[in-house]
Amino acid sequence: MSLLPRLRVTDLLTVATVGLRTRPARAALSVLGVGIGIAALVAVLGITRSSQSDLLARIDRLGTNLLTVADGQGPGGEEQPLPATAAGGVSLTTGVLASAPTAELPGVTVRRTDRVPPAQSGGLAVRAADASLLAVLDGRLTHGTFLTEGTARFPVTVLGHTAAQRLGVEDLSGDPRVFVAGHWYTVIGVLAPLDLAPEVDRSALVGFAAAVRDFGHDGAASRIYVRARQDRTVEVATMLARAANPERPDEVAVSRPSDALTARLAVADSGTALFLGLGAVALLVGGVGIANMMVIAVLERRTEIGLRRALGAGRRHVAGQFLLESLLLGAAGGVTGALLGAAATYALAVQRGWQPLVPPSAVGLALAAACLVGAVAGLYPALRAARLTPTDALRTG
Amino acid sequence: MNAVLELRDARKTYPGSPPVESIRGVSLAVRGGELAAVVGPSGSGKSTLLNLATGLDRPTSGSVRIAGEPIERLSDRRLAGLRAYRIGVVFQQFHLLPQLSALDNVATGLLYRGVPAGRRRADAAEALSRVGLAHRAHQRARTLSGGEQQRVAIARALVGRPPILFADEPTGNLDSANGAEVLGLLRRLNVEGTTIVVITHSDEVAGAARRKITLRDGLVAHDTGSTA
Repeated sequence: MSLLPRLRVTDLLTVATVGLRTRPARAALSVLGVGIGIAALVAVLGITRSSQSDLLARIDRLGTNLLTVADGQGPGGEEQPLPATAAGGVSLTTGVLASAPTAELPGVTVRRTDRVPPAQSGGLAVRAADASLLAVLDGRLTHGTFLTEGTARFPVTVLGHTAAQRLGVEDLSGDPRVFVAGHWYTVIGVLAPLDLAPEVDRSALVGFAAAVRDFGHDGAASRIYVRARQDRTVEVATMLARAANPERPDEVAVSRPSDALTARLAVADSGTALFLGLGAVALLVGGVGIANMMVIAVLERRTEIGLRRALGAGRRHVAGQFLLESLLLGAAGGVTGALLGAAATYALAVQRGWQPLVPPSAVGLALAAACLVGAVAGLYPALRAARLTPTDALRTG
Repeated sequence: MNAVLELRDARKTYPGSPPVESIRGVSLAVRGGELAAVVGPSGSGKSTLLNLATGLDRPTSGSVRIAGEPIERLSDRRLAGLRAYRIGVVFQQFHLLPQLSALDNVATGLLYRGVPAGRRRADAAEALSRVGLAHRAHQRARTLSGGEQQRVAIARALVGRPPILFADEPTGNLDSANGAEVLGLLRRLNVEGTTIVVITHSDEVAGAARRKITLRDGLVAHDTGSTA
């Protein structure tokens, strides 16, 4: 009867940690190598996910159903104004919940006083708008009131957030006035920032009636803001050009401001791919570090290998010992890295005011990758250890 | 009594140019209860004989039977099993695991039989007291004296109660006092029934054995004959 050597699983675990316990500093450095790679992967995934969820939350809050209809370009590239009937046509389109016409007043400047030369407009524009704009943009006032049907005829203005800052209007105490192309206008309100309509942030809004009277405007809209039914936004967007200019629909520019934010999501994704690649390289380098350490360990521990073979260990037991040791190093690197990556994500999210989000799938994948790297790194050293003959292994020096 | 170890025309050739024929047809048998010494100058084939007799290597031709098993016909795995269950070896350099306690080192002798840890430690404690080191059980191996380390190694070889124990120059790395102590231990174990083969070039060690097998140039030059 022949007896086969046996090694209990619990004993294999103990045996596999002998090397780690004997040389803790070396083991810790190898763990760190893999840990850095894993930390990079987890942090990249965590940070992107946290920032994306923040961006998604903003997009949700702002709504993706805001559309704009604006002056387009003619066949020769020249600007083509919207026809006077555009606002009416847009508001009657199926699926449109509300619309608000605005008109930029070309050549009309807004200044703090009449002593500021007209050339120093500070990049601010003057736009005609009506009372519906606030609701369509889902805007908020930080001070005062918005234009109403009643006040639209008077020389009053509502300033966008940036415009108010540039014109030095901090609040409405003392009835501040601004100089709009030769006319003094009283500021009756200041808007909060509008993420989806940054052009309004940089504008002084006046009523259409006042624009016609004081600046000779023809009353036609140059940009119409539209809120569409959420579920039909895309469909409405395709119909708006024809509604605004039935004769020349291709000379109308229809856009969806939330697309800019959505594009940022895509940009963030492509950046993620790059950093994930870098993290993977770091992980690979960590794996090479483990393999290197294990090869050295096999060389250093030849005598131990020989002794174990003499005590009855089979090749598989020796291979298992070194393979498991390597796998444990990888796993330890995975745990360390996941913790570091989660901590980095948390720190950055808190600093940026995002909701910290570490995707569990990323942590799971990272741990699996670390174990795999450890196992693969240990494969060659383990096979080398197993291939040593007992007599070669015991021959010292 | 049957032979515990039996070599029949065993030869071992190491490849090279020219190939080295380390032992050239050795035949001998060791019976249960013997204490035999294998002596000879260096290069006489002692180490090769030890490697074959302990199942660490296979003969190029001829037969080596350990506890009745012809090792040249065993797979690598079964040969490992033979070493785990049937053979105890004591090395000149002790080969203890320095970071483990004396007790754990001795228990390693049962590791590859799949014996549960509790049993291993209990048997190890008993083996340690047989070599008179019960009081050193929990000391790390590297803190023991040379003589103590060799006695721990003997306990490790004994713990599984193998039918045969090999000792390769067991006193080679010890001073004379410790050497005498280890030698006395081996003799006592033999009296208690353990079959022991000692490989040595020390006359003192050889003199302690009842049977002396002399190797020269890979052949048995002289054998005082089986005493059991």
